[in-house]
Amino acid sequence: MSLVTPDFGLLFWMTVIFAIVFFLLAKFGFPMITGMVNKRSDYIGKSLADAREAQRQLQDLAGQQEKLIDETRREQSRILAEAASARDEIIANAREKAQSEASEMMSAARKNIEAEKESAMRDVRREVADLSVAIAEKLVRRELSEDNKQAELIDTLIDEVKSNQ
Amino acid sequence: MKTFKYIATLVVLLCISLAARAQDIPAEATDVPVEEQPAASTQEGELDMNEYIFGHIGDAYDWHITTIKGKPVVIHLPVIVRSKTSGWHVFSSRHIEEGETYEGFRIAREGEKHEGKLVEVMPDGSLVKPLDISITKNVFALFINSLLLVWLVLGCSRWYRNHDVLREAPKGIVGVMEMMVMMVYNDIIKDAIGKDADRYAPYLLTAFFFIFINNLMGIVPFFPGGANITGNIAITLFLAVCTFLAVNLFGNKHYWKEILWPDVPVFLKAFPLMPIIEIIGMFTKPFSLMVRLFANIMAGHIMLLGVVAVVFLTAQMGAALNGGLTIIAVLFGVFMDVLELLVAFLQAYVFTMLSSVFIGLSRQHPEE
Repeated sequence: MSLVTPDFGLLFWMTVIFAIVFFLLAKFGFPMITGMVNKRSDYIGKSLADAREAQRQLQDLAGQQEKLIDETRREQSRILAEAASARDEIIANAREKAQSEASEMMSAARKNIEAEKESAMRDVRREVADLSVAIAEKLVRRELSEDNKQAELIDTLIDEVKSNQ
Repeated sequence: MKTFKYIATLVVLLCISLAARAQDIPAEATDVPVEEQPAASTQEGELDMNEYIFGHIGDAYDWHITTIKGKPVVIHLPVIVRSKTSGWHVFSSRHIEEGETYEGFRIAREGEKHEGKLVEVMPDGSLVKPLDISITKNVFALFINSLLLVWLVLGCSRWYRNHDVLREAPKGIVGVMEMMVMMVYNDIIKDAIGKDADRYAPYLLTAFFFIFINNLMGIVPFFPGGANITGNIAITLFLAVCTFLAVNLFGNKHYWKEILWPDVPVFLKAFPLMPIIEIIGMFTKPFSLMVRLFANIMAGHIMLLGVVAVVFLTAQMGAALNGGLTIIAVLFGVFMDVLELLVAFLQAYVFTMLSSVFIGLSRQHPEE
């Protein structure tokens, strides 16, 4: 049966043809294709990993942003509170100062008034003394026209002085 | 809608291909009486099934394409023979076409030794088979298909050379080729061989596409196709030997230990039963590869030819029977053609996969 007996001529040509085809394809064909496709699939894999990494970073960034905003808000409220307390302090200080100044002024004024009053009283007293002396003079002048009366007066006056002392 | 269009086109093409096959047959039938066949028991006009089927699946010194108005359209191929007595002879097959003797050579007739082959007629009348490396129909078809294959693959690899693979993916035929190459590479070769895959990938990929393209071209019924290449035992023998060499030349220590001193009880290997079985296995594996591919493709061709032959065999049985059987034969032929398409792929796939598995077994590293 020629169907199952390999023909030498065909075998010979098959060897030649397959060797050439194999050489061409193995050298210039398949390694190129598989190499390039592998390169591309590696690149796609790497791109996917990169994209995942970028997304993760983005999420991190969003978290950081949130934290930053939170922190800023806290800082802001802290500064505001500080400012308020400083203001209160300043106002309190000023009030205290004003009060002490006012009281100082009051006491000075009171002293002045006291002194004025004193001097006024002295003036009044002197005036009164002068006036009484004048009156007394007049009176004495008139009384001393009589001698006995003069002596009498002197006595009373001396008594008075004595009792006064 | 588009899918439907594709299917319709496919069906029309298949019908045309069947019609083309059918056209071949009356040609063969009319050829029969012309070739003076001593054992021709057939009457004129009747189909000689033997001649018809084996004429299609066998090899020939010329390529009979079709017959138009009784004139055969034939490609004459060069005959290259070396006689022991008169040295090299190169001539066109035109000279021996009808059984005549040229430069002392003629095609052996039915019933003679070396039937269908070129023989040298010795002065004493005996027939001697010379060293015959003629470009036969199969060799010529092999040339065409190999050129097609090289053009396809190198064209594909040229695309990669001219494009930045990181920026664009191929479309069209290059895309299809890439898909198939990567399917074979990833699903068959890498899975079966593992880390040595890149060393064997060129051979296995070449084998896959070589078988696949020859299978496909074998289904095409008219000129550049139609030759029964992968259904020829010489071709599958060569491929099987390649796989045998790839397995055994580069097998590692562990592979040879498995053959010569396997892990079985000592009495099984001291009396070398297991080594004998393993050594026989070394040869049966590629042998099964050879027979599987050869038998599947040849059987497919015979089935298709048989289905088409129904149309002509029933030609004399009345119009109604012939008509009905023609419709059935055409429908069944469409089914067979589609099935052959599947087989064409499947056999290439199976050959490559089994070769990969055998190679993978010879490159195992069990200690890892």
